[in-house]
Amino acid sequence: MTTSATSTSPASAAPALDETPSRGRRRVPPNLIFLAKRAVTYLAVFLVSVVLNFVLPRLMPNDPAQSMIRDIYDKTGQRPSEYQMSIIHNMYGDPNASIWEQFWNYLVQLAHLDLGRSIMYYPMKVTDLIVQALPWTVYLGLVSTLLGWLIGTYLGARLGWRPGRLLDTIVTPFAMFFSSIPPFWLGLLLVWYLSYSKGLFPAQGAVNQRVRPAELTNLDWVLSIAYHSLLPLVCLIVVGFTGWLFSMRNMMITTVNEDYVHLARAKGLTPERVRNAYAARNALLPNVTGLAMSMGGVLMAVVLAEAVFIYPGLGGLIGASTAVRDYPLMQALLLIVIVLSLIFNFIADSVYVLLDPRTREGS
Amino acid sequence: MLRRFLGNPKVGIGLAIIGLFTLVALLGKPFAAEIMGRTPQSIFPEAMGASPSWTHPLGTTSSGQDVFTWMLYGTYNSMFVGFASAIIASAIGIAMGTAAGFLGGAVDRLLNGIILIFQNLPSFPVLIIAATFWREMPLLVVSVLIGLFEWTGGARRIRAQALSLRGRDFTTALRTIGESKLRIVFVEVMPHLFGILSPIFLTLIAAGVGMQASMAMLGIGNAAEPSWGLIINYAFGMNALFRGMWWWFVPPGLCLALLGFATTMVNFGLDEITNPTLSTRRMTLMRRFLKQNRRITPRADASTTPTGAVS
Repeated sequence: MTTSATSTSPASAAPALDETPSRGRRRVPPNLIFLAKRAVTYLAVFLVSVVLNFVLPRLMPNDPAQSMIRDIYDKTGQRPSEYQMSIIHNMYGDPNASIWEQFWNYLVQLAHLDLGRSIMYYPMKVTDLIVQALPWTVYLGLVSTLLGWLIGTYLGARLGWRPGRLLDTIVTPFAMFFSSIPPFWLGLLLVWYLSYSKGLFPAQGAVNQRVRPAELTNLDWVLSIAYHSLLPLVCLIVVGFTGWLFSMRNMMITTVNEDYVHLARAKGLTPERVRNAYAARNALLPNVTGLAMSMGGVLMAVVLAEAVFIYPGLGGLIGASTAVRDYPLMQALLLIVIVLSLIFNFIADSVYVLLDPRTREGS
Repeated sequence: MLRRFLGNPKVGIGLAIIGLFTLVALLGKPFAAEIMGRTPQSIFPEAMGASPSWTHPLGTTSSGQDVFTWMLYGTYNSMFVGFASAIIASAIGIAMGTAAGFLGGAVDRLLNGIILIFQNLPSFPVLIIAATFWREMPLLVVSVLIGLFEWTGGARRIRAQALSLRGRDFTTALRTIGESKLRIVFVEVMPHLFGILSPIFLTLIAAGVGMQASMAMLGIGNAAEPSWGLIINYAFGMNALFRGMWWWFVPPGLCLALLGFATTMVNFGLDEITNPTLSTRRMTLMRRFLKQNRRITPRADASTTPTGAVS
């Protein structure tokens, strides 16, 4: 009867049902149809965001081309050079050209991955700036999400196992409060207290510039990165683990009352074994699939935290480019952010279909 | 019914906090302007960067503005964005959700597609694009933009509810006696939607306030309209961290956290009311009962369980 516990997990239930040939053949296509539908949606979202990226600047009350020229004038005290003017023309099109021509030119540029040059770091190419910043954001995002997931899921399993117990009554309200703290504000508190007051951690930057050479084989360099990223990671994890904790706790509470858990208890297995191998194992599924799904959403929290810690990732770039209104950089950054979160969401959807056959019924 | 809701401590505390913020938002501005005679623009040159005192309960900024006055105005502006964006988002959500759920067919498919697209479109980046091109974006525009991106969750749940209401006997009965569709929707169905709408609305308020704060943190917004996020951004820009002026950036963040905390509490409480298995009080009572029971009946022997032999 031990199989009764494992077979309730949907992932392992699927192959057993597929053994009947007629059902097995009908079961494969819905998977693909589900994914294809999602792919079409993501394509639509991508197209909408490309169009928005083109339309929004043109809908706004200030003419971006004019304000770009004004910004350059403000900053350098000179009229924009011929070359800068040609870039502005490239970005926003010849004002005399029809809107459709402008849109076509914009699409052609996008297809060539030509996103113009930054005003702030002129004459750097916007794409080069983004390629430099991306690894830092991916590092912060991945590490904070994974650690937050582990902590939240573990604690959630502990709390949901015995809800209402001392641990639960203490930890859950705290977690509720943590979940509402804006990550950027927590970052400010950490910088103020630990960096400036106590001088324990660096307040900004991602690595000590004096540590050379900047290679992954250089242990000092790697340690310096870890040291600099400690505060941003703590701030992202403290806020991020709570979502996993709540979903795991609530799933555990429902799982704990399932028959197979009662059976496992009745067998006289140790509570730890019942908790980990029977209840938690089956409560885990939403959190596993949610992990991939969250990657896209995490991006914005990371971006804001980076703005606080002046971290050289995408967030730092977004903060700086909004401050000086570096329009080409802004637009490129936002397109990248949208594409990244779409990619992560698509991966999440694929994982979901693989792990949980129930989604097929929903599609 | 109302007593059952307010009797839940989580719902009670959460609603009390939200009510307090709303009260401060409504009364704070006239209080600061009329009674204290201060606006965010007034400057106190004799107290620049002063720590909290009786005349300045939350101290002053480095250029001598009273932080308490800023907070009173900021509460009004933040709550304004929260309520305005929540109202806009719920209005769109109700319209889309009921239309999709009630009309069904091609309309449902089309609206579902739109909902899916908006749901997957990361709202924050798009808001920033819009805001970058609109210098000094007014708060009302910020609220409208936030509302335009936050309606999908509500629309989905309302659609599901409308779908189930469509199949209920009372709507079928009304249709057979020749009641018009519009009347059925507005008079009979809408009241049923408010039950699921109220927690969504609270969440939308907190989400709107948080979203606006995040935007303000990146420097988007009008400096003449202080909000919680803008005060934090201003403090950050003026090096309040390095100078250790905690009274400048701690209160607005604390307010943001408290408001979010309150809505989380209410939602948890409502979950417990509608789904008693989640109620921790019930769980504790049940365990106590089981424990007492165990003392009375001997522990179930594995070999005599109805499921038969146990490995």
